Amino acid sequence: MRALRDGGLAGLVTLVLTLPIVGLRTVAAPEGLHVVPQIRSVVTIVLLAAAARFGIGLWASRPRASRPPGKGNAAIGRWVGGLGLLAAIVLPFVGSGYVTDLGINILIYVMLGWGLNIVVGLAGLLDLGYVAFYGVGAYTFGLLSSDFGWSFWEALPLCGLFAAGFGVTLGFPVLRLRGDYLAIVTLGFGEIIREVLLNWGVVTNGPNGINGIPKPSFFGLPFSRYAPDGGTTFADFFHLTFNPSQRQIYLYFVILAMALMTNFFTLRIRRLPIGRAWEALREDEIACRALGINATNVKLSAFGIGAMFGGFAGAFFAARMGFISPESFNFGESALILAIVVLGGLGSQLGIVLAAIGLVSFSEIARSLADLGGGLGGLIPANFGDYRMLLFGAAMVAIMVTRPRGLLSQRHPSVLLGSVAP
Amino acid sequence: MAYFLQQLINGLTLGAIYGLIALGYTMVYGIIGMINFAHGDVFMVGAFLSLISFVVLSQLGLNSAVLAIVVALLFSMGFAAVYGWTIERIAYRPLRGSFRLAPLISAIGVSIFLQNFVQLAQGARPKSVLPLFHGGFILYRADGFDVRLSYLQVVIMILTAVLMVAFTLLIQKTSLGRAQRACEQDRGMAALLGVNVDRTISLTFVIGAMLAAVAGLMFDLYYGVIDFFIGFLAGIQAFTAAVLGGIGSLPGAILGGLLIGLIQSFWSAYFSVEYKDVAVFVILVLVLIFRPSGLLGRPEIEKV
Repeated sequence: MRALRDGGLAGLVTLVLTLPIVGLRTVAAPEGLHVVPQIRSVVTIVLLAAAARFGIGLWASRPRASRPPGKGNAAIGRWVGGLGLLAAIVLPFVGSGYVTDLGINILIYVMLGWGLNIVVGLAGLLDLGYVAFYGVGAYTFGLLSSDFGWSFWEALPLCGLFAAGFGVTLGFPVLRLRGDYLAIVTLGFGEIIREVLLNWGVVTNGPNGINGIPKPSFFGLPFSRYAPDGGTTFADFFHLTFNPSQRQIYLYFVILAMALMTNFFTLRIRRLPIGRAWEALREDEIACRALGINATNVKLSAFGIGAMFGGFAGAFFAARMGFISPESFNFGESALILAIVVLGGLGSQLGIVLAAIGLVSFSEIARSLADLGGGLGGLIPANFGDYRMLLFGAAMVAIMVTRPRGLLSQRHPSVLLGSVAP
Repeated sequence: MAYFLQQLINGLTLGAIYGLIALGYTMVYGIIGMINFAHGDVFMVGAFLSLISFVVLSQLGLNSAVLAIVVALLFSMGFAAVYGWTIERIAYRPLRGSFRLAPLISAIGVSIFLQNFVQLAQGARPKSVLPLFHGGFILYRADGFDVRLSYLQVVIMILTAVLMVAFTLLIQKTSLGRAQRACEQDRGMAALLGVNVDRTISLTFVIGAMLAAVAGLMFDLYYGVIDFFIGFLAGIQAFTAAVLGGIGSLPGAILGGLLIGLIQSFWSAYFSVEYKDVAVFVILVLVLIFRPSGLLGRPEIEKV
């Protein structure tokens, strides 16, 4: 009964919300805008909202059995992690080119998620402008390759270093601030970087971006059909027939290795004094100060290291795409990376992988559902792909409201007094 | 001199719009300590609501400017209020008392949702509003340059001033204002003393959304072009204004808004248009470094 009433109320509120914005669609005409009523859309949305609220009400009032507290999560996590790694290694050999490409995409976000996790998950600093460091890394490599002819592997360390430098420079003045202010300053910083990239045409080529960035080579062996002057290609050297998918598989393993390196680094540094200081600082800054931890330096190191991994990922992104422009580094990307970290459960390495797979393949799934829609007799609207960001936003809210700690939350300390944690 | 005066007028008009949005940020921050990231998008929804009411009115053949303003005000404030209430109810209330980042992430989700909602419902193309007011006063004339104060700018400034007075009275004299100030100081104690905290917080969001809707109406009239993405930048700049004025302080929000408006218009007039948003962020960083509690804010003392 209560569910019914709530459903009706939700429908009523939705009616008020959608009546002007959805119901009165403004359409451009030669003589100016005019309004076209959309009664059907409003009725559909209202009915959907009422039904959804009714369903939630029913579900919430079901009798609940108490579950015993979960045990052995760490062991399960290790199993899943191992199996996942195995699957990741096998994937490019069994999957199609499309799957490998999607895998590369996911792995970039996994790496970014793991990098941001150092800042947000471990040190507890909210960074809304992480994409700036990603962009700095990408542009560092793009400019080094186009202006000075550096190769990917030569430029990679410098990309990380540059991004870390930016992180420290930004962090130095703002890390004294409280968390929320820090969030907005980092957001502003991300926008500043993007605007500078966009407007500083002499160096960055403005909105046109940088073209023709070289792909990484395998110990100096390029993945091309024809050997450059005085060199051999990868295929020739190993007596294989040339196949463009070799390069793709190689790229896949490069980003897999880079991501795993990030993961390994994070897992190790959590045990070191600096990593423990990050986690302590996240839990209670005042106590940390009282114990003599220099909060600013500790935060700065987290910021710099997180930025460094962002820079590495950016360099890979530039190499993989071969083309970068400022529009690849907008706030939407920052929000996506942050969503991956938070939805995965702050601090949980495995959760981030799951969230990255979910969120990145979400749009792909939406697109293929839209293709299917034509075949299913219009059950799924053909423009379903347009709804993906809408659903993405709604899903962010829904997951936060139902599981504020993320999908796999892990908040127990890495190191316990008296015994070393597994 | 004349050019300077003109920029001053333009900056103050822009600042009035930012100030009204900034009030919503500062009120919500004061009462529940969260950055309502979706507030800029509520402003955007408000701008669309008043655009729709303009179009409906002209389709009905009613072309009086005064009538259009009054109807658009009531229409957009009324509907935006429901948006504000719903957002708080769905996305923030369940997270009250949760850890600090949760409502912020939820707010980012709401922001993405609203942008795409409006984009799907109203289309991605920018919409233009026909100007309602023509002409203005010429205040000052010097070597071929007229300093203009358009009727529209007068309307915006008067409307802002009236709203500010009404708002100040609301906070200082009514029982709702007292409840709000009580919740700001100590939510638990206020609840013990019989203040309905949930209702007060809901009303805070409703008032914030209404002010944002007025700002949206002004934006419509002043710029004449809107799209679904205007909320992002306007929101950030209004937040900067709130921080500059001292977050949690209501006069500070208006002061900060005016300052941001002036900085933007002077920067674009004398330096470069491209970097005007960068200028705002640089100011934000500088303020936070040298005066983290803002111009009119009280320094926060963290107690253990």
